[in-house]
Amino acid sequence: MRDWLPFEWIAATRFLREGRAQSLFIVAGVAIGVAVIVFMSALLSGLQMNLVRRTLSAQAHITLLPPDEVARPLRGATAAASGSAPDAAPTAGSDNAATPAGLDAAPERELALVQRPLQRVRSIDQWRKLRAQLQALPGVALATPVAAGSAFASRGDASRAVQLSGVEPETYFSVVAIPEKLVAGSARLDSQHIIIGTELANDLGVRVGDKLRISAANGNAMTLTLGGLVDLGSKQANQRNAYVLLASAQSLLKLVGGASSLELNVDDIYAADRIARDIAARSGLKADSWISTNAQFFSALKAQTISNTVIRLFVALSVAFGIASVLVVSVVQRSKEIGILRAMGASRGQVLRVFLLQGALLGFSGSVVGSAIGAGALMLWHQFARNADGTPIFALAIDPPLFISAAVLATLVGVAAATTPALRAARLDPVQAIRG
Amino acid sequence: MADVPVLRLDGVHKAFNLGQPNQIEVLHGIDLTLARGEFCALMGPSGSGKSTLLNLIGLLDRPTGGRLYINGADTTMLDDAALTQLRGRTIGFVFQYHHLIAAFSAIENVMMPSLLARGRPDAAMRARAGELLDRVGLAPQRDQAVMSLSGGQQQRVAVARALAMRPALILADEPTGNLDTKSADDVFALMREVNRSDGTTFLVVTHDPRLGARCDRTVRVVDGVLDEGAD
Repeated sequence: MRDWLPFEWIAATRFLREGRAQSLFIVAGVAIGVAVIVFMSALLSGLQMNLVRRTLSAQAHITLLPPDEVARPLRGATAAASGSAPDAAPTAGSDNAATPAGLDAAPERELALVQRPLQRVRSIDQWRKLRAQLQALPGVALATPVAAGSAFASRGDASRAVQLSGVEPETYFSVVAIPEKLVAGSARLDSQHIIIGTELANDLGVRVGDKLRISAANGNAMTLTLGGLVDLGSKQANQRNAYVLLASAQSLLKLVGGASSLELNVDDIYAADRIARDIAARSGLKADSWISTNAQFFSALKAQTISNTVIRLFVALSVAFGIASVLVVSVVQRSKEIGILRAMGASRGQVLRVFLLQGALLGFSGSVVGSAIGAGALMLWHQFARNADGTPIFALAIDPPLFISAAVLATLVGVAAATTPALRAARLDPVQAIRG
Repeated sequence: MADVPVLRLDGVHKAFNLGQPNQIEVLHGIDLTLARGEFCALMGPSGSGKSTLLNLIGLLDRPTGGRLYINGADTTMLDDAALTQLRGRTIGFVFQYHHLIAAFSAIENVMMPSLLARGRPDAAMRARAGELLDRVGLAPQRDQAVMSLSGGQQQRVAVARALAMRPALILADEPTGNLDTKSADDVFALMREVNRSDGTTFLVVTHDPRLGARCDRTVRVVDGVLDEGAD
């Protein structure tokens, strides 16, 4: 009995220690529950982080595009406005619809077929200024201009359609990590060099150092040296993508000084959707976040998260019921002692707290043991679940907040579970409790 | 202060199952006054209402009629928390079965009433409990688990515990009923010694006329009515 401990702590720990077998069993039960939660959550967040990282390694978090060009039928608007005035006239004081005035006012109808205009490659208006403003926005990590359009890459008789992206290497490479995906050559981009996907190089039969002719649909053409080959992770991407310096693409695509899109990276990738909407509303540009362009992938992630939450909820429930049942039994077993304590001056509040505290202690100690088991299981899994080449499938994510939140949650669940038995203990009538 | 009785019961009634068809009155108007330093035996056949009366006096239960004064203060108007506090500070209990808390050692059990009143242990509490155990002759067993003590020793720990808060009144419900003659004599002698040296008032429920005869005064409960005097 230490002098600094309040009565409730002393009594709670003594009671738990006295009912050793019960306490150990329920701590084991809580530990298993917490271990499952910790293991599953860490695994899932590792998996998701890995999937998201793979998805985002080849695309920006937000892409800003100039708004679609739309055609508005201006004449239709004026016809509707002039047509409404005569409609009101005949009703005023006249019960005969066949008046000359009514005939004159028969509205002239016009069918307008509005054709969707062609979407040309256009530049974002004043992108330099916009870029500076975007970079100042909270949550935006980086903005980089891209001048992109279709072009042909040809060598001799072979030619392939490519998606040509003119980039600013120093910033663009932090959005799409070209240097990391390089399989041959160098990632240095200058006005003489081009970087293309591996499949495209195969199709054209070129190797690093070879010359490639790039011609745009508008007739502009340019001969560049193949500087590097990249593997972007998918065959289609590797067949289509080619990267040149921003200035080269601008002149090829006749976008002098322009950028067809601004690519943004944000600090919190899950806030991308919100930030994109915000930017779209402010700038009038089209803003696509990675979440909306990968809607299916993202909803799969969400479904995973939801099922994880549901499992957590049920594990927490079963832990709660376990703790509650042990404490209910303990209250029944100790009802005489509770009565004696009450006779000796223990208040209802003191009795209540003794049992709430037991719940909290069971939850907490179970979560400590469970976190250790969960962490151990994760390390084992990490050790044995490997790719064919022996590298781990993905990085192990053991982050302290997970364990802290597991401990806090288990403690709260313990307190909540202890509420019913504790109230029961506090309400015991000492006379009956002592009589037994 | 000396002339204010430690305990005064004024026409105390107790009925159970109030307002229900099986309502039954157990105590029919009890008047009882215990002066400071009295050592009083409470006798009576089982079912006479002794235990009910003791529970009322111990503030573990409330009378359904009449008034109950502790140290001159009316307790009938007090709420639950105030009763608990008053009970903890002015009344000590010795039960028939020692009713010690098994999870604690002898000295910790003796400290328990003070611990409940003050919230956390301190050196003074510990010293007082040590003295009390010394006084009941159990200094060597102070750190033993109470379940490892003999019946007589356990009951002596219970007496020491009842004394922890220096209560004005100690209620003993057949304190020796479960002990052999030798241990019973020891425990009774201990209570008398405390009564004499500290002036603590005792109300002792007993079936044993031999013990009753060694008390200053004997009151009997018969069919819910108090009957003063010897049998």
